[in-house]
Amino acid sequence: MKYVLLFVGTMDDQERFDNMSPEEMAAGMKLAEQWFEEYSRAGKIVGGEQLKGPQTATTVRFQNGKAIVTDGPFIESKEIIGGFAIVQVKDLDEALEMAKAWRAGPVEVWPAVER
Amino acid sequence: MRWPRHGAPALSRSGRLWNDEGLTETRNVTDAALTAVFREEAAKLTGAMVRLIGNFDIAEEVVQDSLVAALEKWPAQGIPDNPGAWLMTAARRRAIDLLRRDQRYAEKVALLERSMAPPDVPEADDRLRLIFTCCHPALAQEAQVALTLRAVAGFTTQEIAAAFLVSEPTMAQRIVRAKRKIVEANIPYRVPQGAELVPRIDAVLAVLYLMFNEGYLSRGPQVASRRDLAEDAMWLTSLVARLLPEQAEVLGLIVLMRLHLARSSARFDTNGEIVLLPEQDRALWDAAAIAQAVEVLDRAAALSSPGPYQLQAAIAAVHSEARSWQETNWAQIVALYDTLLRITDTPVIRLNRAVALARMSGPQVALGEVNDLAITLSGYHLFHATRAELLDELGERSAARESRLRALELTENPAERSLLMRKLEVHPSVEDEREFR
Repeated sequence: MKYVLLFVGTMDDQERFDNMSPEEMAAGMKLAEQWFEEYSRAGKIVGGEQLKGPQTATTVRFQNGKAIVTDGPFIESKEIIGGFAIVQVKDLDEALEMAKAWRAGPVEVWPAVER
Repeated sequence: MRWPRHGAPALSRSGRLWNDEGLTETRNVTDAALTAVFREEAAKLTGAMVRLIGNFDIAEEVVQDSLVAALEKWPAQGIPDNPGAWLMTAARRRAIDLLRRDQRYAEKVALLERSMAPPDVPEADDRLRLIFTCCHPALAQEAQVALTLRAVAGFTTQEIAAAFLVSEPTMAQRIVRAKRKIVEANIPYRVPQGAELVPRIDAVLAVLYLMFNEGYLSRGPQVASRRDLAEDAMWLTSLVARLLPEQAEVLGLIVLMRLHLARSSARFDTNGEIVLLPEQDRALWDAAAIAQAVEVLDRAAALSSPGPYQLQAAIAAVHSEARSWQETNWAQIVALYDTLLRITDTPVIRLNRAVALARMSGPQVALGEVNDLAITLSGYHLFHATRAELLDELGERSAARESRLRALELTENPAERSLLMRKLEVHPSVEDEREFR
């Protein structure tokens, strides 16, 4: 079954990340890379990306059939999505194990609709 | 605030089914007999149906329907000779009804129609799987409690709603949502392995303890419901202990529950009023049950894997073995709390430790510790009630009274309210005024 792991955090987390020293940043990135590498080798990762900050996001909405483009994420909140991974595993427990191994921050685990 | 809303009406609801019609003409179908059958059969049935249908949600639903059908029929007809087979037939028929229209289940319907016996799986595995699925941490804890009561102990939704003082539709919705999540998110139906097992057992024990407390704290002599939540929690915990005999914390929780129940007949006086531990008539305690519980605690200790339930049980054991409140070994109790705090440091444990500390080192010291908890526990009635007791001891009557009034605002449990009001010596008229606040 497919699950999407959303690597979430707060604006404060984002700020801390933006203000990291290059060494700290590199160490953090290395952990994430190791996670992706390990689970890719195990054949459990279908895809995933790290996202740029919320200040770079743009939202397209529709009003009376007309597309409206606005600056920023759709839901204005203190929470942000820093990245995501699409994983293919047996069940929720296996997806939760992967989320627990992430360790860089909170992870939301969403089951994907099967087709 | 919405009180008074609990008490007699809500609690008698679960008994109404019986008092209105069933009971008089069918004296032989007692609540105890029904409870025994449901406990024995519910988990087995659900396990069998999950294996047959392969969908937890539907399997659990048809079992519930068969239990409800039994509750309608058995009081008039008597309990059948083979109740398990009766329930299985009812559940199977219901499943066929439910699944017939859905093409995806054609194969399952054929299987159900052929009355094929489900594949042979050791029953212990089946029940454990069921318990772990119901108590999966990805479900809200209140849903875990409700699901476990339904699927493992054979409660009806109506009974669970009555026990937790919520409306039946609310409880039904909570259960439906949880079951959908099990299916949609693919929560596995299996016993966790390896390093996963112990944390998952902790989650199960948390559910059972919550269930026990809900039953134990809300029960008074006036409450007559068909099922006793505390007894059922006790039964479920014993079941888990039988299935996982090497887990010391499971035994610890059993001891804790048994020690509470062994002393429960002293908790209320003949008028149904709460009697607190210092004033309890210890001759009413079940000394044999206490001795047996302490033996089990020794067995748990021999497994050399201490934990919070064993420590809480040890504290209850010190109380249970003391000849009087005055002769209690307070130093030992404070020491046990200190050990407990090193494992789980929670404000409520600190509050309980302060009560023992007051006996060991005096109310002034204890009050200081209690006051430190003011921010985290300001919404907890026992924080204010405990403070009131200590303030009384220090002669600060008006501050004590203020704390008690705050405690009264925060609890809806009728017996606890009555106790607080006795201590406040207020008349019902005062209560009426508060109702309009």
